[in-house]
Amino acid sequence: MTEIKLKSLTKRYKDLTAVDGLSLEIEKGELFGLLGVNGAGKTTTIKMLSTLTVPTSGDAEIAGYSILGDKQKIRERIAISPQETAVAEALTVRENLKMMAGIYSMDKQTAEKRIAELRDALGLRNVMDKRVKKLSGGYKRRVSIAMALINSPSVLFLDEPTLGLDVIARSELWDAIKAIKGELTIILTTHYLEEAEEMCDRLAVMKDGRLVAVGTKEEIKKAAGEDDLEAAFVKLVKEVRA
Amino acid sequence: MRWIAFTKRTAKEIILDPLTIAFGIGMPVAVLLLLSAINSGIPAGHGPDNFKIDQLTPGINVFAMSFLTLMGGLLLSKDRGSSLLQRLFTTPLTAVDYIIGYVLPLLPIALLQSVVCYAFALILGLEFTVNILWAILLSLLPALLFTALGLLLGTILNEKQVGGICGALITNLTAWTSGAWFSVDLVGGAFKTVCQILPFYHAVEMLKAVLHGDFQGVFAEGHLWIVLAYTVVICVLSVILFTSKMREK
Repeated sequence: MTEIKLKSLTKRYKDLTAVDGLSLEIEKGELFGLLGVNGAGKTTTIKMLSTLTVPTSGDAEIAGYSILGDKQKIRERIAISPQETAVAEALTVRENLKMMAGIYSMDKQTAEKRIAELRDALGLRNVMDKRVKKLSGGYKRRVSIAMALINSPSVLFLDEPTLGLDVIARSELWDAIKAIKGELTIILTTHYLEEAEEMCDRLAVMKDGRLVAVGTKEEIKKAAGEDDLEAAFVKLVKEVRA
Repeated sequence: MRWIAFTKRTAKEIILDPLTIAFGIGMPVAVLLLLSAINSGIPAGHGPDNFKIDQLTPGINVFAMSFLTLMGGLLLSKDRGSSLLQRLFTTPLTAVDYIIGYVLPLLPIALLQSVVCYAFALILGLEFTVNILWAILLSLLPALLFTALGLLLGTILNEKQVGGICGALITNLTAWTSGAWFSVDLVGGAFKTVCQILPFYHAVEMLKAVLHGDFQGVFAEGHLWIVLAYTVVICVLSVILFTSKMREK
């Protein structure tokens, strides 16, 4: 069942076309990876899908709702964990999660139950009453994802979730993402090809705002005639450049 | 009641910042004590009227409120820079929820500023009358003006710029043009005209009038109306700019 449908989605900023006629379908429950070098249009695509930026032309549907006309309906169903850690640093982890529960109008009992679920799923038990500014980068990202998941969204956007993390923190965050995989549709943007290979069901390769390839990692490798994903990615991106 | 969750968070951020409280409440008290001490050293009849405690207190009260602009502006600009707002813009929170969330927690701080200011004035010899309570109540209007100004500047400027503009420009502008430190009549001319165009002088004068039980004086020279007009215009402008920033995001 299709959860997200992009229909010639385009975003232009003066002379720059950040996203150029992107058409794509993403299935419910999929963990879908958007790959591309800097400036490929990944973050702009996420911003349009999460209603943060209005497309110049085209449209997209999430659970049947248009990003142009049904913003409020979409906002009730999606969540985003932005590239930078978007948390209230002076508050504790628990206070951050309670704030998000309040914003989604959850009653106290439901909120507490959900907070406990996320605390366990994302390994936050030991830091619940610590101020976020005192946590490591890896923990902050986990808190950021927990905040995004508070309203049990049907779609989660993860924009470069492991950027700047060390190997251990990255591995722990992968485990946390794997733990929630399948419960909801996840769109993940990343620079790290091993991350995409490890976690994503399907991938889309973007270059200069356009879609270069889409499919499973095996399909991407086959399309490029390469045995590993990194080589396939480099070849596909270079071919477009040429 | 989504705004409650956001308002609670903003209030916590303000309370947890000790510098905010120190500057917002401690500094005006220190200024009040200093100027009163200077005044007590001047022989009766030789010092400026402005330094008398019943004239000084409303001016210091308004000056203290200029720090609300700094607090509100810094909080909002910091949020904008941290991408927390980007996350929140994808939630069902509306522009009105945000405005309430930033403005409401600063009003109790403003009330506290006024209460502390008048409490110290009483210790320093201000006569207690019920008019003090009216003055504290009326001080909420300039408090709203300064808070809205903070929201406006926090919406269009980054954290560094807000620090400079609110921390230096607005506090100094308030101090110089409000008549808190010296009578604007002493300078007169173009300076007085500028003071009369800006709202700060009118805010001080209306509070002085209320403190002296001169309720008609609140309307003299259009004091109340000018402060009210500035407050409404800046509030509306803040909402429009904030909403447009939300769309722009």
